[in-house]
Amino acid sequence: MFFSMFGAVESGIIFAIMALGVYLSFRILDFPDLTVDGSFVTGAAVAAVCIVNGVSPVIGTLLAAIAGFFAGNITGILNTKGKINPLLSGILMMTALYSINLRIMGGQPNIPLLNESTVFNMFDSFWGQLGIDEALNGLLGSWGVAPLPSTWIVLFATIVIIIFVKLLIDYFLTTEIGLALRATGDNEKMIRSLSANTDSLKIIGLGISNGLVALSGALIAQNDGFVDLKSGIGMIVIGLASVIIGEALFGKKTIVRTTLAVIGGAIIYRIVVTLALRADFLDTGDMKLISAILVVVALVAPKFISTMKDQRRRQRKRTELNNKVKGAS
Amino acid sequence: MLNLKDISVTFNEDTPDEKKALQDIDLTLGEGDFVTVIGSNGAGKSTLMNVISGSQRPDIGSVEINQKNVTLLPEFKRSMFIGRVFQDPMAGTAPSMTIEENLAMAYARNKKRKLQKGVTKKRKELFRDYLLTLNLGLEDRLNAKVGLLSGGERQALSLLMATFTEPDILLLDEHTAALDPSRAELITNLTGDIVKRFNLTTLMVTHNMQQALDLGNRLIMMDKGQIILDIDGKKKQELTIEKLLHEFKRIRGEQLDDDRAILG
Repeated sequence: MFFSMFGAVESGIIFAIMALGVYLSFRILDFPDLTVDGSFVTGAAVAAVCIVNGVSPVIGTLLAAIAGFFAGNITGILNTKGKINPLLSGILMMTALYSINLRIMGGQPNIPLLNESTVFNMFDSFWGQLGIDEALNGLLGSWGVAPLPSTWIVLFATIVIIIFVKLLIDYFLTTEIGLALRATGDNEKMIRSLSANTDSLKIIGLGISNGLVALSGALIAQNDGFVDLKSGIGMIVIGLASVIIGEALFGKKTIVRTTLAVIGGAIIYRIVVTLALRADFLDTGDMKLISAILVVVALVAPKFISTMKDQRRRQRKRTELNNKVKGAS
Repeated sequence: MLNLKDISVTFNEDTPDEKKALQDIDLTLGEGDFVTVIGSNGAGKSTLMNVISGSQRPDIGSVEINQKNVTLLPEFKRSMFIGRVFQDPMAGTAPSMTIEENLAMAYARNKKRKLQKGVTKKRKELFRDYLLTLNLGLEDRLNAKVGLLSGGERQALSLLMATFTEPDILLLDEHTAALDPSRAELITNLTGDIVKRFNLTTLMVTHNMQQALDLGNRLIMMDKGQIILDIDGKKKQELTIEKLLHEFKRIRGEQLDDDRAILG
């Protein structure tokens, strides 16, 4: 139990980077961007090809993010300069990326990364000297937890990365350019009348969004030890699920809070899916169905709850009034 | 300051729906001119505003601002030196962002936007001072989301946002038409104050004849895409609604047919 939860939190944090990307396009820019399904694999493929060819994993991961950035740019250009509807722009780019990803991967539908150097194992010797693994595993072992995780470096590294990404996004969205980006999704006509080039802002915004998605894809590939051409299918739904679950559970009053909520949503999503898959009648093929149902629940439940609350409030007022009338007579 | 030469705009040309929205318009505004524009629906007032702001490109003719030809300059570039307030109170502000963030976006209009904080301590003080002049208590609600404000408050904020960077041209597009009478009066008074304080060159479209007479130093009347009356200075001060209607009848040989314009 502990072991599978540990894995869920680990990958949940990496997927949170992708979810933050989806948050940027879907919520901040109000642009339902389906490029995500393609750019996630683009990131994974670029990183994998770099690593297999002996490039440093850090550089490979950065190149992956840049490749995602360009993919997002193209979706933005299709929408703003080509005047293609946002959904269709994303679908077109996603479809095109499927072939492009296959090209990047040299025609193979998957690339194994086992025994390759990755961002997670390249610091192994340094990490080993710190002795954190032994300390934490010793502590857990004394509580009778088994089996124990082989290394904690992935968890620590992903936590550092996600905090860094979150702070960067929080800061960016309060800068002059960030404010204009938010206004583009909120009231485009207004920000254009305040001398902002909304076309460029959309192109940049979608670039950043897909850059994050590709970064997430690159890290997932290195953590899983392989890239699969089809691993991006349904990624947008996972991203949306994280955003919606996070917002519903942790609130969305301010940007700082919402980005934290999205990260929380991504982790909770992973945990729920992992738990669901433990049920005997479900297997890994049911993942997409579980994702879709989760999104539906996260969308419907908050409204249902607030209607119930409202009804109870009105019921209470009615009883109070009745009691008052009775007391007076 | 503003120079329009031979501006013509035709919609749906060569179809039964052809409409000559503007016909050979020549208009020059000097620095500090405050011009009110009246005319019935379809007279071309809004098209005129759109041509100046850049959201409508004229078929022929040129637009000059500060002796610079801006005819081909896209809207977002032109808005560096043009402030605009729309009729819809929801149109001029971003509802899910706070008052200070909205002001920060307006503050950045005439500079290049950078990766520096939009709202700084120093700017907050500045915004507070500007909001004080509105007398609406908004200076204590800098962190409130603009979507929570009333229509009148939002329009006052839009007006402030359009003007406090002192643009070369201010365009007001029936900006009080969607408000109740008392709010409309408040915004009208604010408009007068702000235009005077910053000495802004202003073009204001209105359906309210009284407002057109009360505000500004010059009045133009439009009909069927043409400027049919242009009165300024002392003559404008002596103008009344009756005289205006009479003028219209004299020039056009018919009654002004828009009830809204008469009663407004």
